[in-house]
Amino acid sequence: MIEVRWHGRGGQGAVTSVELLAVSAIAAGKYAQGFPSFGPERRGAPVAAFTRIDDKKINVRSGIYEPDIVLVLDSSLIGLVNVVDGLKPGGKIIVNTHKTPEEIRKDLNFNGSVATVDGTGIARQEMGVPIANTTMIGALLKVTGIMGLEAMKESVEHRFGRLAQKNLNAMKRAYDEIKIIN
Amino acid sequence: MGKRVGLEVTVAVAEAVALCRIDMAGVYPITPQSHIAEHLSTLVADGKLDAEFMTVESEHSAMSAVIGASGAGARSYTATSSQGLMLMHELLPIASAMRLPITMAIANRAVSGPLNILNDHSDIMPQRDAGWIVVFAENGQEAIDLSIQAFKIAEHKDVMLPVSVNIDGFQLTHMVEPVEMPTQEDVDQFLPPFVPHATLHPARPVTMGAFAMSDYFTEIMKAKDEAVKNSKKVILAVWDEWAKMFDRSYKPVETYKADDADFLILTMGSMGETAQLAIDELRVKGVKAGLVKLRLWRPFPFAEIKAAIKNAKKLIVTDRAVSFGGPGGPVFSEIKSALYAETRRPAIYNYIYGLGGRDVTVHDFVGMFEKIIADTGNVAADTYEFWGVRE
Amino acid sequence: MTLKSWKELPIGCVVSEPGSASEYHTGSWRSQRPIWHDAKCIKCGICYVFCPEGCVQQGEDGFFKANMDYCKGCGICAHECWPCAIKMVEEG
Repeated sequence: MIEVRWHGRGGQGAVTSVELLAVSAIAAGKYAQGFPSFGPERRGAPVAAFTRIDDKKINVRSGIYEPDIVLVLDSSLIGLVNVVDGLKPGGKIIVNTHKTPEEIRKDLNFNGSVATVDGTGIARQEMGVPIANTTMIGALLKVTGIMGLEAMKESVEHRFGRLAQKNLNAMKRAYDEIKIIN
Repeated sequence: MGKRVGLEVTVAVAEAVALCRIDMAGVYPITPQSHIAEHLSTLVADGKLDAEFMTVESEHSAMSAVIGASGAGARSYTATSSQGLMLMHELLPIASAMRLPITMAIANRAVSGPLNILNDHSDIMPQRDAGWIVVFAENGQEAIDLSIQAFKIAEHKDVMLPVSVNIDGFQLTHMVEPVEMPTQEDVDQFLPPFVPHATLHPARPVTMGAFAMSDYFTEIMKAKDEAVKNSKKVILAVWDEWAKMFDRSYKPVETYKADDADFLILTMGSMGETAQLAIDELRVKGVKAGLVKLRLWRPFPFAEIKAAIKNAKKLIVTDRAVSFGGPGGPVFSEIKSALYAETRRPAIYNYIYGLGGRDVTVHDFVGMFEKIIADTGNVAADTYEFWGVRE
Repeated sequence: MTLKSWKELPIGCVVSEPGSASEYHTGSWRSQRPIWHDAKCIKCGICYVFCPEGCVQQGEDGFFKANMDYCKGCGICAHECWPCAIKMVEEG
């Protein structure tokens, strides 16, 4: 089982990403859970969302405290929220930033695997909006290898209709452009 | 066969209710139930569900509206949580006394105060004696299945009682997870059209909800009690039919590795699956631990509970509500009373946990077992404790 | 009247016979009865309007009287009758 914790701000679409990813994984025959951090949320405030994906039925229903992967949708949260909290030994962190993985590793004082991609820049170029939630799904799929990008097609089309292709293009670019250091 | 899809559980429940071809829904939004109301309203607005979606100004009105609609012969549905359910409270015994087969989803949430929007069972527990059939779902699939079964049970001519399907708020309602959505054909085959026992109609006038004095009140209460008890036969038959048709079985009390267990834990609702993982962990360590899941809260399944726990040495009853100044959690006191006359019964411990959304992990469940096993003299038996409370 | 056992009650205690409350003769509660003095009556019908039991009826001659099977003797008709055509008198 792979457990992912997403960090974002209210309104950046972390919950949408978590839902799209879970729906796509389930459509691909896997078992998945996608859920928000439970409780009141407001625009701009730091929020978390969670994904569990496995090849067999998932029984656990408690929160995720020791994720395998942390995905940071908004790099301004680094320093504000302890994004590496509970990250498993050997766990990986993915950050939406124009910085290099080395710089982020230094910022976080973290020794594990770090991956970065300028998701916001890609989203702005591909979709004309600085919302990188779907873009960063591409980064997550590259780092984890959970499934291929094509698995996202149906759920993204269902969700975004005529805007789907732009989202898929952005996802593909993040998949291709992400820089990883182990 | 239905299609396996990933859906948020509230959306899946609304889709399932739509498959039941409801005539009317009267719902007032409240977290964490709101997505049920929103999705049902969308289905009606998009013309995918031919039903009246009544926007009401409160949950009191929602329950009043479904009582009226059900009395007029409409298949009627509502959903609520927490304070909404408390506001409906005075009408719940009226719906059951009038024998109206309303079904309601309760997205379980802590009751104020202090204000809290997260999950526990303090909303449903005060409704215990309202004369409704009460079932609990453990996961999204069960939430769907129970929602569909609820109509068939409620509307059976030998039942004619309202049913509430309890779905833990957030832990279940806000989870996107895999579910198998039955097809319209399957649901149509399973669920016959609603035939009311009486209807409000100007051409054939009847009086519903009339006045009764002391000369009849006792007889009416007795008849209602018998009706609720008697509904169990139909509940079992409907679950049997469901298992044959959909290959998913439902029982009033379900067990996991309980047959040879020395130590048992009893859960209700979404905690069951996490507890199951604790049982696996304990079994690996050689502890004969087992799990009992109580699905049917009313009518209370006395025989099934006794059979499931009689051979255990110790039993942990978990509660997600408090009976302040009372004998322990509501589930605990019911189980204790069910076993009062038994000569052979386990030592019973009560842990009140998961209040107002407090997370409960596999580690917590393992800890509960370790604690009762360490209590060799059964000193803490028959008492209750707030699990994990900061001293 | 024999009272029914719990087993004989209809589901939900639905009363299927319309207007069956009329079998209940509320006139037995009465301790006073209204007497109309038609000489003072102007046939305004205010007694008919205000009777909570709906038991005041207008005769062919246009004057009013109460159906004593249902009149509870509440006196509202007499109280409201502004030409003072109705007097309440003790029963028995």
